[in-house]
Amino acid sequence: MRAEGARAGSGPGGVKPFAELSQASVTVAGVSEQPLIYARGLVKRFGDFTAVDGIDLDVAAGEAFGFLGPNGAGKSSTMRMISCVSMPTSGELRILGMDPVRDGSRIRGRLGVCPQLDNLDPDLSVRENLTTYARYFGLSRAEARRRTEELLDFAQLREKASGAVEPLSGGMKRRLTIARALVNDPDLVLLDEPTTGLDPQARHLLWERLFRLKQRGTTLVLTTHYMDEAEQLCDRLVVMDGGRIVAQGSPRSLIETYSTPEVVELRFPDEADYAGKLEGIGRVDPLPDRILLYAEDGDAAVAEVHRRGLAPSSVLVRRSSLEDVFLQLTGRTLVD
Amino acid sequence: MVTTMLAARVSPGRVGAVLGRNVAALRTGPSYWLVLLSGFFEPVLYLLSIGVGVGALVGGLELPGGGVVDYAVFVAPAMLAVSAMSGALSETTFNFFFKMKYSKTFEAVLATPVRPLEIALGELSWALVRSSLYTGAFLVVMVALGLTSPVGALAAFPAALLVGVAFGGVGMAISTLMRGWQDFDLLTTGQFALFLFSGTFSPVRDYPAVMEAVVAVTPLFHAVELVRGLAVGQPGWGLLGHAAYLVVMAVAGLVFAARRIQRTLCV
Ligand SMILES: Nc1ncnc2c1ncn2[C@@H]1O[C@H](COP(=O)(O)OP(=O)(O)OP(=O)(O)O)[C@@H](O)[C@H]1O
Ligand SMILES: [Mg+2]
Repeated sequence: MRAEGARAGSGPGGVKPFAELSQASVTVAGVSEQPLIYARGLVKRFGDFTAVDGIDLDVAAGEAFGFLGPNGAGKSSTMRMISCVSMPTSGELRILGMDPVRDGSRIRGRLGVCPQLDNLDPDLSVRENLTTYARYFGLSRAEARRRTEELLDFAQLREKASGAVEPLSGGMKRRLTIARALVNDPDLVLLDEPTTGLDPQARHLLWERLFRLKQRGTTLVLTTHYMDEAEQLCDRLVVMDGGRIVAQGSPRSLIETYSTPEVVELRFPDEADYAGKLEGIGRVDPLPDRILLYAEDGDAAVAEVHRRGLAPSSVLVRRSSLEDVFLQLTGRTLVD
Repeated sequence: MVTTMLAARVSPGRVGAVLGRNVAALRTGPSYWLVLLSGFFEPVLYLLSIGVGVGALVGGLELPGGGVVDYAVFVAPAMLAVSAMSGALSETTFNFFFKMKYSKTFEAVLATPVRPLEIALGELSWALVRSSLYTGAFLVVMVALGLTSPVGALAAFPAALLVGVAFGGVGMAISTLMRGWQDFDLLTTGQFALFLFSGTFSPVRDYPAVMEAVVAVTPLFHAVELVRGLAVGQPGWGLLGHAAYLVVMAVAGLVFAARRIQRTLCV
């Protein structure tokens, strides 16, 4: 299970391109045997409602690990338990080898947390949001200032540094929240839907930044509704639904297991039952606006469609993606 | 239990960081200075209008420890206690509530090594800063008007600090229970009742017996008695009882607030 995480470049030997950022991550080199996150039968209940229903996790040092799942699947509830801000209702949880109940404060000191909803301090300027946060982690004033200047560049918010937080755009606030999560140079970074609200350019920039963090040996755990993001960033991921893990593996292995190499998207001009007429070509998944046809060879499948005398108004052959896995597993598309 | 909690878990650096956040917020929000200023002037205005104005009609007043003083000398320490109370309460109610419920400031802090008790201590220290600014300035006014001696002022100042800590602790505890802004009307009314009936404007021995008994369990009464005893230069063992009441109030408020922060935000 852990094998996929220990890939070349992501382990202790990873390059550390930023001398100024690298307060050597001792953990990664030292305790790489022990999973940074270890959970068995983890449960979170809110009153009678079970949000997380007995999940097992092992996330190794240096790994980039993702949570996928529809709204309400329990991703954020799980992330909050890993962040040591919410206590598990039952089950076993170890973060960085420590117990969140006893050592919560020590663990949090080595985590970087970007919550799903920004909780920046509205009474502080952009810059003070970073320096103040650094002080909560016990950084000296000088160190806090130094980190802040680096992170202002990281988040590309230097021009806004002296201004208030409120007038920032949604994407800028998001970037500031992510930057704030890195202020203590964490060993484990937890990002709950980090790129929601970011424009495509900022999204790609963040991916690149996260990739560099990963190369330095930082362990990343993120949730996302963007399949391309999960495929780009995650070595391994789990798909959650209804508080349970319904599938796990690398993006590629999930696609291989739950989908076919290629998918044909067919649209027809009328509402007739085409699904029946496509039977036998491959697995058929009728959606409200189109029909998906899972096939080993997309072009061969299209040829077969035409041979059967069907005339779709549009045909698209594409490689299978996590989106298809998600659809297959949860029966839902991602509308977010 | 409280002492072990304090000894084992509190980091002065983190408490300082919470305090430092409030100092930084002060720099950013200029309107805050206006609020600060008006909070100081309120008890001064009461002192001048009632203490000095009404005092001219009332004449002298006999102290429990003997001796007759001007009415203004009697009222001034009470106004000092009131300013310590309102300084601490304004910080730990409105502002604390906003940070806890609306701006999610505490939620963000709880994702760092800072613990709920450290948040409460940091906020209380900040309330104490504001309260002591009020009381320090008020004591200067009292000395300038000849309403207490410099020695009396020096003795009354730490007592006023204790009053600030006590009301700050309870203020936080109350804030964690507030459901919304409408609950603050209740608090304001309660605060005003304390202001009128805590032996502030007349000695409690002049109250009807039932009322005297009720007042004896309310906090501002103990604050007023403690501060007045020191400011008029009549210290006695009885003052220790009043001080003990305030210490219990501070610790209970602090621990309760920390618990509630944990309960409501760490879910
Ligand atoms: N504090 C809470 N009190 C009660 N129920 C809660 C609480 N937090 C979460 N839940 C419930 O737990 C379930 C899982 O919520 P969670 O936020 O973990 O989902 P999610 O996978 O992060 O969803 P999304 O993709 O929408 O962010 C939801 O049904 C939610 O209503
Ligand atoms: Mg969520």
